[in-house]
Amino acid sequence: MSDLAKAGTFKPEPEDSKTVFGFWVYLMTDCVLFASLFAVYAVLHGNTFGGPSGHDIFDLSYVLTETLLLLTSSFTVGLATIAAGQRKQKQVLALLALTFTLGASFVFMEVHEFHHLAAIGDSWRVSGFLSSYFTLVGTHGLHITVGLLWMAIMMIKVWRGGLTSSSVKRLTLLSMFWHFLDVVWIFIFTIVYLMGAMPS
Amino acid sequence: MNFGFLLLGKLNWNQIPTDPLTRGAAVFVVLAPIALVAFLLYTKRLKWLWKEWLTSLDPKKIGVMYIVVAVLMLLRGLSDATMIRTQQAVSVGAAHGIIGADQFQQVVSAHGTIMIFFAAMGLMFGLINLVLPLQLGSRDVAFPFLNSVAFWLFAGGMVLINLSLVIGNFSADGWLAYPPLSELQFSTTVGVDYWIWALEIAGIGSLLSGINFFVTIIKMRAKGMNLMKMPMFAWSVLGTMALVMFAFPILTVTLTLLFLDRTLGMHFFTAAGGGNAMMYVNLIWAWGHPEVYILVLPAFGIYSEIVATFAHKKLFGYASMVWAIWGIVVLSFTVWLHHFFTMGAGADVNAFFGIMTMIIAVPTGVKMFNWIFTMYRGRITFTAPMIWFLGFVVLFTIGGVAGVMLAVPPVDFQLHNSLFLVAHFHTMIVSGVLFGYLAGLSYWFPKAFGFKLNDRLGRYAAYCWIGGFILAFVPLYILGFMGATRRLDHYDASLGWQPLFIVAGVGVAVICLGVAFQVLQFVVSIIQRDKNRDITGDPWNGRTLEWSVASPAPEYNFAVLPEVTTRDAFWETKRNGLPKEEPKYTDISVPKNSGAGPIIALFATLLGFGMVWHIWWLTVIGLLGVITTFIVRSMDEHPERIIAAEEVAAIERAHLKAKEQAA
Repeated sequence: MSDLAKAGTFKPEPEDSKTVFGFWVYLMTDCVLFASLFAVYAVLHGNTFGGPSGHDIFDLSYVLTETLLLLTSSFTVGLATIAAGQRKQKQVLALLALTFTLGASFVFMEVHEFHHLAAIGDSWRVSGFLSSYFTLVGTHGLHITVGLLWMAIMMIKVWRGGLTSSSVKRLTLLSMFWHFLDVVWIFIFTIVYLMGAMPS
Repeated sequence: MNFGFLLLGKLNWNQIPTDPLTRGAAVFVVLAPIALVAFLLYTKRLKWLWKEWLTSLDPKKIGVMYIVVAVLMLLRGLSDATMIRTQQAVSVGAAHGIIGADQFQQVVSAHGTIMIFFAAMGLMFGLINLVLPLQLGSRDVAFPFLNSVAFWLFAGGMVLINLSLVIGNFSADGWLAYPPLSELQFSTTVGVDYWIWALEIAGIGSLLSGINFFVTIIKMRAKGMNLMKMPMFAWSVLGTMALVMFAFPILTVTLTLLFLDRTLGMHFFTAAGGGNAMMYVNLIWAWGHPEVYILVLPAFGIYSEIVATFAHKKLFGYASMVWAIWGIVVLSFTVWLHHFFTMGAGADVNAFFGIMTMIIAVPTGVKMFNWIFTMYRGRITFTAPMIWFLGFVVLFTIGGVAGVMLAVPPVDFQLHNSLFLVAHFHTMIVSGVLFGYLAGLSYWFPKAFGFKLNDRLGRYAAYCWIGGFILAFVPLYILGFMGATRRLDHYDASLGWQPLFIVAGVGVAVICLGVAFQVLQFVVSIIQRDKNRDITGDPWNGRTLEWSVASPAPEYNFAVLPEVTTRDAFWETKRNGLPKEEPKYTDISVPKNSGAGPIIALFATLLGFGMVWHIWWLTVIGLLGVITTFIVRSMDEHPERIIAAEEVAAIERAHLKAKEQAA
C-alpha cells in the first residue's frame, strides 16, 4: 500500500502546483454552473404542463447501467493516474483506452435515451420539466464529451511523446475533471432519476 | 428549408438599417476600423501591431489593450446617454423627439449593456492587468495565455454588440432583457440574440480572468508578502475574483437558458409551456447584484491606494478594510431579491432581503470612514486622482443613503422602476466605479507609458464630471419622486417634468465638456511627454512595489524578485535607504507571444454571429476553429523565451543611470 501510495502520488513542481490549483478553482466554478442548473431543475421539475413527469419516462435499470459505466470509468482513470505516476506508458494507454470506451458507451446510451424520448414526442419543447431535464443532463453529457476529446488527445500525446512531466500533469488534471463529472452524475442520478422516478 | 436559409440564415439585405441616425452610426462602425487598418498599412505598422501588441502575453500590454477598448466603449455609451437625455428633454406633448420609441429602447438597452460589460469591466480588467502583478512583486500572472484568450473574448463580445448597429438591430428589452418580453414570442428580431451572444462570449472571458487573477494572488506573491501584507488593491481584487468565480457561471447558465428558449423552443422562462419568468429575474440578479460589487471593489482598492499616496500616510484601518471587503463579498449574495421586492414574494422574504441590504451598507460605511481617517492629519496633495476621490466620497455617500431608502420594501414599492432608482444606481456606479477607474488611470498612467498626464486638465475634467453629474442626476431623483418611470421615450406636457429633464440634459453637456478635457489632456500630455517623463519610476512618492521599478515597467517587471517584510513595502525600503550595490542579474524566462488568443476569439465571434442569425455552418466552423486552435496551442511544449542576464543588466543599469542623472 505504502509503495503504491508513494509511487502513485503525483508530486507537483511549484510551477505545476499553480496549474493544479487553478484547475481546482475552475472545477469549482463549473460546480456553480451545475448548481445553477440543478436549481433550475428543482424549480421546474413539477411543471409538466400536460406532458409526462419523471415517473412516466425514467427507466431506472437503463440509468443504473449508465451509472455503473461512469463509475467504472472513474476507477480506471484513477488507475491510469497511478500508472502515470509510475511512468508505465503501456499500462496508461491501455487504461485510458478502457476509460474512453466506458465513457463513450455512457455518451452513446445518453444520446440514445434522448433520441428515444424525442422520437416518442417527449422532447425538450413539451414542458418546463423536460426543458430543464434535457439541459441539466445534456450539459453533463457535453462535459463528458469534452473529456473524451481531451482523453483522445492525451492518448495520442502519451503514445507519441511518452510520459513527460507535462503529460503526467495533464493526465492529473484530466482525472480531476473526470472524477468531478462523476460526482455531478451521482447528484443527477439521485436527484433527477431516483427522486424523479418515485410516484408523485 | 431552402438553400438561402442554409447559407445565410435569417440574414438578408433588409437587415441593413434604414433610418439616417443608425445608418450614420453603422457607417462609422464600419469605416473606423477600415480607416485604422489603412493607416497602419500606410505607416507599415500592421506587422508591428500584431507582433508587439495583439499577440502579446505581457499583462501590462494586455491591460493597455483592455483600456483602449473600454475607453472606446465609454465614448459609445456616452453618445447613447447623450441621445437619451436629448430625447427626454425634447420629446414632450406634441413633439416626439429625435428618435422613435423602439429605437429609444434599443439605445437605452445598449447604453446599460455597453457601460457595464464593456466600459466598466474593461477598465477594471485593464487596470488589474496593468498593476496587480507589479504590486504583488511578481513577473507575470498565473496563466499568461489564458489572460490573452480572456481579453480577446472580451474584444469579440464587443465586436458583436457593435455589429448590431450595422446588421440587424439590438435588443430593446433593457440591459437585462427580462422575459417573457425577451422571449421569441415578443422579441422576434435578432436584437436579444446579439445581446445574449455578446455577453456570453465576453462573460466567459471574465470568468477565465477571474480564475487567473485569483490563482495569481494566492500563488504568486513576493517572498514574505503574506496575505495581510498585500496592498489594499490586491486584497480588493482577490475579493472581486472570488465574486467573479461564483457569479459568472450563473450568468453563463442564465443566458444559455434564454438562448435555448428562443432558439430550440424550450420552456424555461416562457409564459406558456410551464416556464417560469420570475426564475430568470432571480437568476440574473443572483449574478447581477454580485456584479455590482465586482465592479466597485477594485475601485475601492484604487481609492485606498490613492488616498494613502496623496495623503502621504499609511492607510487607516488596514485590517478593518480587509474584513469589510470580505463582508461585502459574502453579503453580496444575500441581497439580490431587493431588485424585485414587487414580485410578491411576501412580507417575510422582503423583510429579510431589506434588512440584509441595509446590513451590506455597513462594511461600505467602514471603508468610507477609513478613507476619511486616512486623510485626517495627512499632507494632502490635490492632484487629479485625489479630486476624483473627493467627488466620490460626497456622491457615493448620497447615492448610498438613497440605496438604503430603497432597501425599505414599502418605499421601494413606490420608487421601483422610477427615475429615482436610475439616479441611485448611476450615483453608485459613476462615482464609485467610473471615477475610481478614471482616477486609477491617471494614477498608474506613468507606470504604463513612462510619462505623467497633465494634471491641471485632469482636474478640470474631474470638476466638470462632478458638477455635470450633480446637474444630470439630482433632477432624476426629483423626477422619480414625481412618478417618472425609467426608459420613457415620451411624456405629457401637463406633467410639468420638462424643466427638470432639460436641467438633466444640461448636466450631460457639462459631463461631455469634462470628456473633452480628458481628450485634450491625452493630446496635450502626449505632445509634452518629454517634459513630463517619469524618470525615477516613482512619480508620486508611492508606497507599493509597482513604484520600485522603472516607468514604463520592463517586460520582466522585476530584475530581481523582491522580498517583503512589511506592508507598504516600497515605502519602507525608501525609508531604510535603497540598496547601494548592484544585485546579481540572472536569465529571466517570459512567455512567448501567441496568436492563438486572437484566433480563438475570432472563431468564437463567428460562432456567436452564426448563432444570432441561425447560420449553422458558420457556428460549426466557429466551434471547430476554437477547439482546433486550442489543441494546436496545447501541443506547444515550450511557450517561453529567455531574456539573457546581460540584457537585463543593461536595461537596469540604463534606468539607474537616468535616475541618478535626474537626481
